Amino acid sequence: MATATATALSLTEVAPAVLALVPAVSRAFRHRSRVAPHRRPALKCHQSRPLTAVAAAAAAAAGDSPSTAVFHGECFVVGDNIDTDQIIPAEHLTLVPSKPDEYRKLGSFAFVGLPTAAYPTPFVAPGEEKSRYAVIIGGANFGCGSSREHAPVALGAAGARAVLAESYARIFFRNSVATGEVYPLELADTGAWKECKTGDVVTVDLANCIMINHTSGKQYKLKPIGDAGPVIEAGGIFAYARKTGMIASKSA
Amino acid sequence: MTTTEKILARASEHASLEPGENVWVNVDVLMTHDVCGPGTIGIFKREFGEDAKVWDREKVVIIPDHYIFTSDERANRNVDILRDFCAEQSIKYFYDIKDLSNFKANPDYKGVCHVALAQEGHCRPGEVLLGTDSHTCNAGAFGQFATGIGNTDAGFVMGTGKALLKVPPTIRFVLDGEMPPYLLAKDLILQIIGEISVSGATYKSMEFVGSTVESLNMEERMTLCNMVIEAGGKNGVVPADETTFKYLEGKTSVEYEPVYSDAQARFVSDYRFDVSKLEPVVAKPHSPDNRALARECKDVKVDRVYIGSCTGGKTEDFFAAAKLFFASGKKVKVPTFLVPATQKVWMDVYSIPVPGTGGKTCSQIFEEAGCDTPASPSCGACLGGPRDTYARMNEPMVRTSHCFCKIGVLHDINFMNLEESSLIFMFN
Repeated sequence: MATATATALSLTEVAPAVLALVPAVSRAFRHRSRVAPHRRPALKCHQSRPLTAVAAAAAAAAGDSPSTAVFHGECFVVGDNIDTDQIIPAEHLTLVPSKPDEYRKLGSFAFVGLPTAAYPTPFVAPGEEKSRYAVIIGGANFGCGSSREHAPVALGAAGARAVLAESYARIFFRNSVATGEVYPLELADTGAWKECKTGDVVTVDLANCIMINHTSGKQYKLKPIGDAGPVIEAGGIFAYARKTGMIASKSA
Repeated sequence: MTTTEKILARASEHASLEPGENVWVNVDVLMTHDVCGPGTIGIFKREFGEDAKVWDREKVVIIPDHYIFTSDERANRNVDILRDFCAEQSIKYFYDIKDLSNFKANPDYKGVCHVALAQEGHCRPGEVLLGTDSHTCNAGAFGQFATGIGNTDAGFVMGTGKALLKVPPTIRFVLDGEMPPYLLAKDLILQIIGEISVSGATYKSMEFVGSTVESLNMEERMTLCNMVIEAGGKNGVVPADETTFKYLEGKTSVEYEPVYSDAQARFVSDYRFDVSKLEPVVAKPHSPDNRALARECKDVKVDRVYIGSCTGGKTEDFFAAAKLFFASGKKVKVPTFLVPATQKVWMDVYSIPVPGTGGKTCSQIFEEAGCDTPASPSCGACLGGPRDTYARMNEPMVRTSHCFCKIGVLHDINFMNLEESSLIFMFN
């Protein structure tokens, strides 16, 4: 389902405007706390290959390899059809994600739209800016509704690293990859959200395509993230485009 | 190839395409508004440089419409950000508003972006239109590829004029039969969404054909395509025809070339409806696919009514409401809020005589029925917005009574964040 990666792109195809050198980017606004991904010897799970020679060369140049990220922490569990208004209610959309302080504020409002009757435990504790939950587990059609990119941004700003859902709405998936804010991972089977509980300790292992729930002892297979993985790892579509030489790097 | 495949093939300079292929597409129009525009601009400047110029100053259309008539400082600031950017970039199409106390004092201001795009001639058959809004699919009514994208994708398009898109397979919906007078396009699309669910068209294109579709005017076709996103769809398409060309006369001077699905085009599935057998339907809380017959809900007590939004605030929608009000001859029993989508719609509501009413305008009929005065055109309370937004639900309704979206009202039922009660609005 990845749509944000290079397939048959060469530098000459990109509009001249893009090739202009640009000033160094400020990354000051990206304040996610990263749990350092520790790498383990990996059993390879199937990685879809780039379709063309150009993309393959770009991938090789960029050192693309199957995603090996590992996330460990407590999970936050939601159900089917979680829409972007539950993730970040419309009244908070006056916050502009590209402004650092407003980016952080968005994180503090992540998931405040969830009905408290069904979800008594808040994703972000009152008064906090970040969540204790590194992994979100959901059902079908996660991220449906409005196209607001503020949704994956709010989750990423709050410190979430990955969403594991049965399926995604298109725009939310695309926005997650383009921004690099969270991994939109797909569970191979249905029903995980019914078996996991908010607060369960989990490990998500991309290389082995598996999520282990240490609290319940159950394991769940993931579908490979494929070409979307390197885009997220690089930090989103622009960073990936620079890393792979699709667009010019910024000068210092 | 289907219509969608043909549009994307031409836009990506491929002889032909199949669903599933990822291609770089030349974008004809990029639209953004006050909620996503500032973020998109921020990304554009960050990635392409403070002095970077947009790829084409005539193809970026910027339409403030979401949080306009409010004292919220950030919301007002966001419109200022758009203005500064448009001045710096010499953006040709910026529908600005400065005087918030009187929308009519702003000659450029339009209102709801999707309706404005159509009315200002920015929707053309065969083209690719991307917008930072889920209901951008609305423009598919013009036989073009139109879909919603996020700020980051839009920032990229702003600089390059290109987007990487995956070609969606198409589901075909054949709607035949004479449209009964008690049905609107909203009933048709709610019928379809109820049939396939809110994820039934995920990553797919929805193509609407058949004699009923051909009989619909442009506003009704827009209503159909507008709610494609509510089924998870990537884009919606109605083939362009004389109705389309006539609508566009005088609105655009840009040449366009429509495309059409081949006779042997492959569709992932086909749905057929005999429209003459359908009944009015509603979407019950809390999902657009929670379809029910309107008559099954006739005993449900209504708390308030809101007629507006890109889905249901067009001239045709107000005409339909006015006719019903006139026919009933009674006063409304609950607060009834009316928010025309654009300045043009507002003008129509106040000036065009409603057929069969002896020359009365919609506004006269609404006033006689005891509705609230039609409000300043914008998205209004449809998605909630800042606290002081007109007609916004700020307190949870304590009673557990339900009311329903009927005349093309709220397209996203959850956004008012009500917990104790389900709330939607019904006209009755």
